[in-house]
Amino acid sequence: MTIDLKTVKHISKLARISLEEKKAEKLADDMNSIFQFIEKLNELKTENIEPLTSIAETTLRFRDDKITSDNIREKILKNSPEKNDDFFVVPKVVE
Amino acid sequence: MTEITSLSLFELIKNIKEKKISSNEAAKSFVDRSQKSKKLNTYVTENFENCLKLSKEFDNKPNFDLKLPGIPIAVKDLFCTNEVRTTAGSNILNNFVPSYESTVTQNIWNEGGILLGKLNCDEFAMGSSNETSFFGNVQNPIAKDLVPGGSSGGSSSALAANLTPVTIGTDTGGSIRQPASFTGTVGLKPTYGSCSRYGIVAFASSLDQAGPMSKDVKDSSILLEVISSFDKKDSTSIDFKRNNYSSELTRNIKGIKIGIPKEYRVDGMPGEIENLWKKGIEYAKDCGAEIIDISLPHTSYALPTYYIVAPAEASSNLARYDGVKYGLRSSGESLIDMYEKTRSEGFGEEVKRRIMIGTYVLSSGYYDAYYLKAQKVRQLIKKDFDDAYNKVDAILTPSTPSSAFKIGEKSNDPVSMYLNDIFTVPVNLAGLPGISIPAGRDKNNYPLGLQIIGKPFDEQTVLNIAYSMEEKINYKNNITDWWME
Repeated sequence: MTIDLKTVKHISKLARISLEEKKAEKLADDMNSIFQFIEKLNELKTENIEPLTSIAETTLRFRDDKITSDNIREKILKNSPEKNDDFFVVPKVVE
Repeated sequence: MTEITSLSLFELIKNIKEKKISSNEAAKSFVDRSQKSKKLNTYVTENFENCLKLSKEFDNKPNFDLKLPGIPIAVKDLFCTNEVRTTAGSNILNNFVPSYESTVTQNIWNEGGILLGKLNCDEFAMGSSNETSFFGNVQNPIAKDLVPGGSSGGSSSALAANLTPVTIGTDTGGSIRQPASFTGTVGLKPTYGSCSRYGIVAFASSLDQAGPMSKDVKDSSILLEVISSFDKKDSTSIDFKRNNYSSELTRNIKGIKIGIPKEYRVDGMPGEIENLWKKGIEYAKDCGAEIIDISLPHTSYALPTYYIVAPAEASSNLARYDGVKYGLRSSGESLIDMYEKTRSEGFGEEVKRRIMIGTYVLSSGYYDAYYLKAQKVRQLIKKDFDDAYNKVDAILTPSTPSSAFKIGEKSNDPVSMYLNDIFTVPVNLAGLPGISIPAGRDKNNYPLGLQIIGKPFDEQTVLNIAYSMEEKINYKNNITDWWME
């Protein structure tokens, strides 16, 4: 299998990473060499193997549906790249 | 008396408890040495002023019952620290100041530790040489222009250079053990679920685990005792009875069975590594251990499995960095354009490469062929270890297939860089504890490490074997302070 430039561009769209043409070519090369290395797994027959989903055989715990944090709105908004008083601001999404 | 900065953690605690050294004297010594060591580029964010202030406060009201009484400690910049910038080595988090504290660091402060600063690391812990950090390469104090390993490269460098008495790293595929091996220090990755992941910038959630890095085995046992805890804030944290690792530490390992997996004798492994391993086996025998040949048949599938699982989980974890609520934002014409430019400018090449691989293997139609397949192979790898542990108590291997390499030597070839983790990755995939201890030197006089892998939750046996072998190996780093200003 080879990953072509078109696929790389499609994946970069899915990953929301803009990509220059030159970098896309280099990335396609890198991905191909990595996938060549990954293909080794096809040597193994795994039809009847259960996937390992958790290292420790425990079930996920539930917590009580209670608020545990204080009012940290201001602290959170402090890290915002752009904000007005109470909201995060993003480029216009609705015409 | 020996300089404060070259004391082990154990000795430093003893001196502070006996009031021979104050917390402030200790803080001053480490701050002073760190300030003269800027050439190593270990710190991303310094907390020196605050550390000096807090150490004085400790001295005014000392509590010697704590496990880390007034001990200054620098930590990897992957742990969120309340009100102290946390970057994960990335441009996208360049200006991020958390409003909360990771559980592991909180455990350290609760026991009297004081934050010295945040240490450089590969971007989002993705790398084996610290060369992917947005904040530049880190020098290995062992020799100029040598990588300190990665991703916890700032941690290993600062530790080996005596800029911090101990430190903590995170290990997703070897990121504690490999840098420890490259710098002649000790690094322990605990069992998955031992140390809380809460507040650690996530890379691959089913593999990430925090752990201690120290100058000797005893110090790692002290620090593990502090950081290992059950935590409700991490849904994968495990509630098991934790040992008093430091007080239960013993060199008596008579009759312990140690397995030697034949599959770790990989093609092209340098003779020096082979010899180190042989010597390690002799040391283990001298300590009273019984050596048993074992087989871990799926070893060669571990790296390909890792390079599906880790990028897949990373691509999902890193989807949160979109320039909206925190971190870097690039300007764009629309929301989508803003996302794409932010992520393109905010992430470095290696991180983008892994996000792309992860996105690809999780994309529609490929899930079964890659991620599911990898999780099935992971089961086989874990079963290899389960079978081996019917016969042995622990496993001895080299930590890395080579010693530290030069900066720039491998950065253009991702696959050759990935091969560095060949002996450490299977341990993460199976969720096991593993330690790297310094065990010898190569022809360039660069340190080489041996790895001891244990049963799940059996950190005590791993530490005991390491403690016992450490005495026989008697390795000492000879650091010349070449970087000091």
